[in-house]
Amino acid sequence: MYLLNRTQRHTVNSTWMIISLLLVALLPFLLFIGLYLKSVLLLHDYSVIDLIFSKTWRPSAGQFGFYPFIIGSIWVTLVAMLITAPVCLLTAIYVTQYTKKYFLRIMHPAIDILAGIPSVVYGLWGILVIVPFISRYLGPWMGIKTMGYSILAAAFVLSIMIIPFVLNILIEIFRAIPVELKEATLSLGATQWQTIKHVLVKKALPGIIAAFGFGLARAFGETMAVLMVVGNVVRLPKSVFDPGYTLPALIANNYGEMLSIPRYDAALMFAALLLLAVSLFFNLVMHFFIVRYNKY
Amino acid sequence: MYTSTKISIRDLNVSAGKTQILKNINIDIPKNKITVIMGPSGCGKTTLLKCLNRLTDLYPELRVNGQIMIDDNNILEAKEDIYKLRQQMGLLSQRPYPLPMTIYNNIAYALKLRGIRNRRETHKLVMHYLQQANLWDEIRTRLREPASRLSIGQQQRLCLARGLAVNPEIILADEPTSALDPISSQFIEETFVRLKHDYTIVLVTHVLRQARRIADNVVFMYLGDVIEQGSVEEVFGNPKMEKTKLYLGGTFN
Repeated sequence: MYLLNRTQRHTVNSTWMIISLLLVALLPFLLFIGLYLKSVLLLHDYSVIDLIFSKTWRPSAGQFGFYPFIIGSIWVTLVAMLITAPVCLLTAIYVTQYTKKYFLRIMHPAIDILAGIPSVVYGLWGILVIVPFISRYLGPWMGIKTMGYSILAAAFVLSIMIIPFVLNILIEIFRAIPVELKEATLSLGATQWQTIKHVLVKKALPGIIAAFGFGLARAFGETMAVLMVVGNVVRLPKSVFDPGYTLPALIANNYGEMLSIPRYDAALMFAALLLLAVSLFFNLVMHFFIVRYNKY
Repeated sequence: MYTSTKISIRDLNVSAGKTQILKNINIDIPKNKITVIMGPSGCGKTTLLKCLNRLTDLYPELRVNGQIMIDDNNILEAKEDIYKLRQQMGLLSQRPYPLPMTIYNNIAYALKLRGIRNRRETHKLVMHYLQQANLWDEIRTRLREPASRLSIGQQQRLCLARGLAVNPEIILADEPTSALDPISSQFIEETFVRLKHDYTIVLVTHVLRQARRIADNVVFMYLGDVIEQGSVEEVFGNPKMEKTKLYLGGTFN
């Protein structure tokens, strides 16, 4: 026999569900509020606009300019996406539309292994391979003097890290398109490429945007691998061969060190707040595009 | 009235690995008639239809042998221009698959593939084909909406209009009414009867009443074999083969 009758059990169950739902829904807000309270010390003395747009970072002198970090983060993320997006899209199309089925069965484990490697390993690999490659070959070949630790190195490592994730999603998206849609288009006399370009990609567009958004968010927040190869120099990068500094790297490198300066602690919390705000912004933009293109 | 043969299939064999899907098929499909291919599920009707416009090319595991002559060209020969070939046929599948575009562009895209880019002509033809598919009056004010917002029955007629827009000579229909409500099914059937004066129609169905209503010619298939073929009066009125009698009597499906 049950302790409670059916109506009571229903009430208990639905209460639990509502509580867990609230917990998940409230978590971002709690994070936001927590970070805000921790950075209030800084926000009390400086205006947000000043913090975001001033370029000098000298915590000991009380100057907190986040602009170089924000720009560094954006550069690294965008360059990484410039590499990731075409590679993933073309690979996903090739694997799902042009190769035989067994090829995908071989590819899948390979992609999953790449996705499971810890980011420190990618960082090390970046230091051992990518950084020397840029300083010894790519830089001189393009006539640019660079030490290798640069935006480009970080973007390379990042893109290799996020390609497996984005690629996996894209492959699933293309596989979910019914084969009959392809048949319908081909039966009109379209070539395979026309079918892909005008119909399949269009059908998959909301999913493609979502996949790229996911990759973007990951790239923006990735800390370890970027920190190891980006150079960590507080300066506005003039080209992708210059070193930079990113927001996550700022927090990871400094938190727990110079807390004797009270505003420094608050400044790092503000950096975290900025990261959260930017991720939220990415999410909203992606959502907008997905809704916009989902009508077909 | 004398009718010429539009499609003649000779010794067609299709196999996937060790399973033989179609065994020595020989069928003549007359011009400007509705030929219904019927038979229980899994008898190879759909595969046969896919052979006709070489969608079988999409499935590398299928081996296709034999001859399919359309106006004296063997379309199974590799040298045939497959894109031109497919434009000779409009395809209607079991469920409608509108292209991810507006209603208007669904037709306009087919016209573009046919080589028509002139705006005014496109306009005229979009209207023409939507009228042919019995859809124009319902959607004339909604042309710029996404095609996916139409009802299933409307989508199927849109797909028919799209198939007609490549200016085919043949319409291939694979159980086109199986997902539709009775009214929409009736719309499609009426449209077929009207269209047969200009097109050769090959219809796969397992709705016997539908076959009886609109077919001129009937092909009965069972497990990859053609059991019986002939005019609708012959096959329905006086079936010669035991299996045909059983099928028409509803003994097996």
